[in-house]
Amino acid sequence: MTVTWATYEAEYFDRSEPYVQGAIVLDQEIAPRAGWSAPIRAGHVLTLVDVGGNQSGDCLIYDASDHDVRYSAQATLAAQRNAYLVDGSVLRDQEGAALMTVVGNEVERQDTIGGACSKESNTLRYGHHTLFHHACRENFLLEGAKHGLGPRDLVSNINWFMNVPVEADGTLGIVDGMSAPGKRVALRAERDVLVVISNCPQVNNPCNDFNPTPLRVIVTDPAVAA
Amino acid sequence: MTDDRGAGRRSSTATLTQARDDARSRADTAVEAMPYLPPASSPYTPADVDPSTLVWAETVAGPGYTHMTVARGTRIRLEDVTGDACAHVVVLSALNPGERLNVADTQKIPWQAYLGAGHPLLSGDGRVLATVVADAAGGHHDAFCGVTTIAGNIERYGAGAAHTATAAGRELLLLAAAKEGLTPRDVPPSVSFFKGVRVAPDGALEWTGDGGAGATVDLVAEMPLTVLVANAAHPLDPAEGYRTGPVRVHAWAAAASSASDPWWTATPERTRAYLNTQQHLLARGIR
Repeated sequence: MTVTWATYEAEYFDRSEPYVQGAIVLDQEIAPRAGWSAPIRAGHVLTLVDVGGNQSGDCLIYDASDHDVRYSAQATLAAQRNAYLVDGSVLRDQEGAALMTVVGNEVERQDTIGGACSKESNTLRYGHHTLFHHACRENFLLEGAKHGLGPRDLVSNINWFMNVPVEADGTLGIVDGMSAPGKRVALRAERDVLVVISNCPQVNNPCNDFNPTPLRVIVTDPAVAA
Repeated sequence: MTDDRGAGRRSSTATLTQARDDARSRADTAVEAMPYLPPASSPYTPADVDPSTLVWAETVAGPGYTHMTVARGTRIRLEDVTGDACAHVVVLSALNPGERLNVADTQKIPWQAYLGAGHPLLSGDGRVLATVVADAAGGHHDAFCGVTTIAGNIERYGAGAAHTATAAGRELLLLAAAKEGLTPRDVPPSVSFFKGVRVAPDGALEWTGDGGAGATVDLVAEMPLTVLVANAAHPLDPAEGYRTGPVRVHAWAAAASSASDPWWTATPERTRAYLNTQQHLLARGIR
């Protein structure tokens, strides 16, 4: 891989702390451009920290016991009748049932319209010279394969810390983020779920400030004292 | 929903001869929702279509569903006969069902959230599955909300099973998928024709209604295509009751998009999507 200045930890990084206190179940850093996945038990809270600021965390959620039950952006948006995810948004499966709930959010709004980048869609968006740029779909496929998931299991995802406004005439797209180092989003699992995250490698648009940085994932169990 | 009037015992069915006669006497009954075979015999053939080119003609009940695998270059017209229908559509490559409608890319790549004439329906593989080549529904379409669910329809209408008068769109899509050899994991987010939603500045999803009775939308299959259609009330339809009506389908042999079509060159992103599609099929020997 090409090593750039952004590969190195910068002074402005802020790794923050869990949004909801409790015993630490898991505390990991997702390296820039890497995939990550873990089962999250019902009641546990996943805090995702935007360590370097404006780093898109592409996220898919599955029922841990039945991967055919997965996050549905459409069911989520239709139920809340709003195109953006905010504090209190319930992340629903395709039958409308709650998978996780946003219990803390330090960014004005979160995206679930923009989808994941892929090598293939990069060729449409930026030209065929970008076919060999690493992409979220690669991370989803490889991380998903660890759990028996394949292309047929990829659906519209969430992009934590990414900013996708929709204008009056329907124009939509990815613009400069509204996040900053140390900003967090916290998700409570409403049942046992599998969470898959791609730390977005995109360097052709502002979703990462053209500068992929780490994400920190902390899972706490609020039922057990820290 | 399917019209079952006329069913039931009509005559004696005690013997095989009687039962066979009774069964055979049921044919040749015309009802509102049914396929027309051969397609060229459709009583509703569009005025601008040569009947001999028809490959699929059908009226789909509301609620109801249909599905078909069609050749590249097939032009599919959906009509909201009464102004009350909502056609929820999923398209998949018939060459590889893992390549299917990707609603996020369909909105993001053209930098346009709202479906209208010239809008490509993109797969997650950087290719065009189908193009919305004509829109006579005034842009009353939606790619944000998807379909209703059985749990949601039970809560709102008291029932949501596929065989009820208030069937959930999701249930109907699952059936359409199953008939094409597909499973629930093959049913991704869908797009909805004939019922419109717009995003307000604060993100609120606002209902914009319908395109009226007789509204149509035309899709062209850009590759061998499996089409799933669920005709079911839109999740945000504000009507007090379950709003639905028949969807008429006519499909005929036409031409896939080419560089001479305005949507091919409408934006550089779309041009590259068509080029990717063209090469994908060229390599397979599909013209």
